[in-house]
Amino acid sequence: MNTTGRRALLRFLVCFVLVSLALTGAAFSQSGGELRFCLRSEPKTFDPLLVDDDSSLAIRYLTGGVLVRANRKTQDLEPELAESWKVSKDGKEITFKLRRGITFSDSSPFSSEDVAFTMQRLMDPALHSSTGDAFRSGSGAVSTKIIAPDLIAIIFPAPLAGLDRLFDQVAIMSAHSPKKEAAVLGPFLVAEYKAGSSVLLRRNPNYWKKDSQGRRLPYLDSIRLDIQSNREVEMLRFKRGELDLINVLDSDYFDRLAASSPGLAHDAGASLDSDFMWFNQVASAPIPEYKRAWFRSANFRRAISQAINREDLSRVVFNGHAQPAVGPVSPANKFWFNSRLKAEPYRPEAALKRLQADGFRMQNRALFDKVGNAVEFSIVTNAGSKPRERMAVMVQEDLGKIGIKVNVVTLDFPSLIERISQKFNYEAAMLGFRNVDLDPNGQMNIWLSSAENHAWNPQQKSPETAWEAEIDRLMRAQASTADPKKRKESFDRVQEIAAEQTPFIYLVNQNALSAVSSAVEGANPGILSPQTFWNAERLTVNASTRASR
Amino acid sequence: MQHERMSAARKLACVVVVAVCAVSLAANWLAPSGYAKQFREAASAPPSHQHLLGTDEVGRDRFARVLYGTRISLLLAPAAALVSTVLAALVGGLAGYLGGIWLRLARGFTDLFLSLPWLFLLITVRALLPLNVSPLASVLITFLILGLLGWAASARVLSTSADALRNSDFILQARASGLHGPRLFLVHVLPNLKPVLCAQFWISIPVFILSEANLGILGLGVAEPLPSWGSLLRELEGLISFREEPWRLVPLLLLIVVMTSFQMLLSNEEVTA
Amino acid sequence: MPLRKTQPGKIARLIARKLAAIAALVLLGGLLSATLVRLAPGFDADERELDPGLNAESVRALRQSRAGEHNILSFYAGYLRGAIHGDLGTSHALGQPVQSLLRERWPVTVRVVGIGLLLAWLLASTLAFTACLWRRPAYEILGTTVSGAFLCIPAAVLALLSVILNAPGYLAIALIVFPKIYRYSRNLLAKAYTLPHITAARARGLGELRILAWHVLPVAGPQMIALAGITVSIALGASIPVEALCGLPGIGQLAWQAALSRDLPLLVNLTVLVTLVTLLANSGADVMIYMLRPREA
Repeated sequence: MNTTGRRALLRFLVCFVLVSLALTGAAFSQSGGELRFCLRSEPKTFDPLLVDDDSSLAIRYLTGGVLVRANRKTQDLEPELAESWKVSKDGKEITFKLRRGITFSDSSPFSSEDVAFTMQRLMDPALHSSTGDAFRSGSGAVSTKIIAPDLIAIIFPAPLAGLDRLFDQVAIMSAHSPKKEAAVLGPFLVAEYKAGSSVLLRRNPNYWKKDSQGRRLPYLDSIRLDIQSNREVEMLRFKRGELDLINVLDSDYFDRLAASSPGLAHDAGASLDSDFMWFNQVASAPIPEYKRAWFRSANFRRAISQAINREDLSRVVFNGHAQPAVGPVSPANKFWFNSRLKAEPYRPEAALKRLQADGFRMQNRALFDKVGNAVEFSIVTNAGSKPRERMAVMVQEDLGKIGIKVNVVTLDFPSLIERISQKFNYEAAMLGFRNVDLDPNGQMNIWLSSAENHAWNPQQKSPETAWEAEIDRLMRAQASTADPKKRKESFDRVQEIAAEQTPFIYLVNQNALSAVSSAVEGANPGILSPQTFWNAERLTVNASTRASR
Repeated sequence: MQHERMSAARKLACVVVVAVCAVSLAANWLAPSGYAKQFREAASAPPSHQHLLGTDEVGRDRFARVLYGTRISLLLAPAAALVSTVLAALVGGLAGYLGGIWLRLARGFTDLFLSLPWLFLLITVRALLPLNVSPLASVLITFLILGLLGWAASARVLSTSADALRNSDFILQARASGLHGPRLFLVHVLPNLKPVLCAQFWISIPVFILSEANLGILGLGVAEPLPSWGSLLRELEGLISFREEPWRLVPLLLLIVVMTSFQMLLSNEEVTA
Repeated sequence: MPLRKTQPGKIARLIARKLAAIAALVLLGGLLSATLVRLAPGFDADERELDPGLNAESVRALRQSRAGEHNILSFYAGYLRGAIHGDLGTSHALGQPVQSLLRERWPVTVRVVGIGLLLAWLLASTLAFTACLWRRPAYEILGTTVSGAFLCIPAAVLALLSVILNAPGYLAIALIVFPKIYRYSRNLLAKAYTLPHITAARARGLGELRILAWHVLPVAGPQMIALAGITVSIALGASIPVEALCGLPGIGQLAWQAALSRDLPLLVNLTVLVTLVTLLANSGADVMIYMLRPREA
């Protein structure tokens, strides 16, 4: 070869190398990086049908493929593995038309057989989980009818309100794969689990979803979930750039973060979570009879509710990142919230008048009942939640102003649970609801007087008061019809009765606070769980931004 | 000259301890607002004329809480430390002095005692107490239990000390001169166990103060709104704001000063002997 | 007085006796801890009971899941039977066999606690010997203040500090444990210095270092060895908050989780392990003291 030829060849080679480098560079820049955040507790199970705790829920959300997905921002129900679905008029049957050509993470094919297998397993009476129990409305077996490999009908013995939404929680498992629950349909799969330490999720190579440009989702290569229950350490690591998200942020940390790095802290407004307290009304509870008489009086409960300064609680404990709560449903739940109701304003004089009507009287700045007993009771709550402990202390001071002596007792969780649901040796308790369902049907076991979670007086053989009987009737009514307007009417009335009778004294609805590092692109924190990573399949982590922090 | 320096230090330590006690007893006058009143408009506020050490997260005056907390912790923690020291002397010292099977039994018992998860006993104790137990009773019981549980480690060391003493020359001499039993133990053995006993007493005070705060998780310890040094020290766990709120360190510094003073008073060994 | 070795036969008998005692005590410790856990309130309670999504049968099933552990004696007998075959039970909280959990985690704890303990002894000895050799009140006060300071700082705060400063976990353990070692050893050494033969040695013109090494340490030695035995126990206790906060996947972190969730199989195994280690450390100290004691005249 002569010199000109050699020079041309050299130029060609150089160009070729440069172009291929550019192309690989482009391919590399498409790789989404690794997202890192913390789980606050050990995930109890990786079986998607048994999931009940927050950490396992997070893993299920990221790895499980569902037929329909409730969009966490718009709250609309969107098709996922099912292209379309139809609920029968009587609310007992739902038919799904499935997408074709989808495979599990281990390449085994997805078809209606897998949906049938999942439902059968979910409805197995030996399996106990809230996902399965949500479908158990009446006695009788659930049957599945495979009409075609992509068409399946599921028939329930009794109508279920909000039937289609319930499938947002059902992650489809493979009927035939030898890997069982390790074969998933979601954007990620569990690659590694170090008990007590961390969980590593990797991209599911067979994930079916593509973005609008035809690129395969998810963008992220992997997600690392560290198990860390201490919020101080979590915050430290976030500030140092070792974590990319804090899904639920305490209000203390929010303000500090907002002061130092304003763009990273997000306040999505009032969440669905609520904090509340209630009095023990169980007839057989080992508490003095005169105290039971106080707690069973709606006047007494209402007076206590009026004597608590909810504005102060929101302002002092949560630095303004909370709102006084109105009832079982937060105002953020736009459809179901009874907008006619308002939060109980702080009126200690009105509270005292109410108590005086019941025979209570003030003497030397202490309150006594009509028999002469000093009004004193204890509030049990769980240790480890600083906001709740502070709220208890503030409630103690508020009630002290009307002469009531309150003792705050913080207990470890198992002791607390034993007291409030097994032995009933408590007087008042303060707890909170997290990850509340939008649909009030999820609160059925709280409002039915015969149910386990009817906190103030569970498992009644028959309703002990007229208003509890009325609530039973209304809750059953809203569960048995599919008409949203009728359901709302019934549940609105439940909220009104709850406001009059105050079995629960609702305190505050916290705001949904979260932190997202600047390295994460595509995040859009909302109020529904999972607040920050509900769109995990479309998130990317920019490694260079992270490195430069 | 070093002797003089030591006793000067000891005098200073005495003054410090007396001053701290006096100030805490005068809490009613020095901090009239009390430890429970919540100044909600000024929660987590920095120090000011009204609040010398600022306020805590629900607006309570930290200075008042330090003063009132001193009463509880500084009175009860040394009392509990005394209980555990006496127990250690009895179990460890006596067993070592008696020797033989008693020593072996005591050592086995002590080792077992050190390893059991007493957390569950504490949870059970809480369940046995009424929910509306008075704050005073709650804190007394807490410190009593701490004293009853805290003797094991030093008892082990004491058993070795006492064992060594048993066969030492001067004990043999004392026996030979007619001293027996309890008198021998109290007059000759116990004083020689003083180093370990003093060390245990001194270490137990802050350990119990801190443990009392940790027991709050189980429902024991000081009940709200009563303050204790342990709960004040737990505020330090919010370390991130440390730099911006250095006044939160004052309870810690105070405790360190008091502990150092205690040690100066306790140690009567002449360092320069 | 020169130290002499005692007869090997006697030592062998001593060690055999100690090992038998250790075995008996470990078995007893396991049973007692199981009893403590079982009798504490909340044994049957599970967080999931509060979930309104579960219906009545599910909650009942949840409460029944621990029925097999109600009778402590039969549980313990079953546990021992399994343990002989190497099966240490399954943890409720983590859903994994205890044996694999312990196997994965004990190296982490051994490392953290071991290095932490060595560091603690180093720190404490430095401070104590400095005060002994240079007999100025300033060193005494310095030692007291420094050790007092670290004694008053809560363990959780020290652990958090080590996370902030990116320091290794064993540093936190060292800082938690060294004040106790310092105080005990300083008091023991100070006492040893008051013995009459020290004054005599000084009068003879011996240097401070010599006096410390040959006249003071042998006297305080046995008690310092006993102290070393119990510091193992103290360091193990300190490892619980340190591992939990520093994110070290060791036995301390496991213990914390087990205690919170009343995980009986895990707790029994952990107690057995801790009892074993404590007994070995303390008995080892006893044997060493026996071997090093001067022969009776």
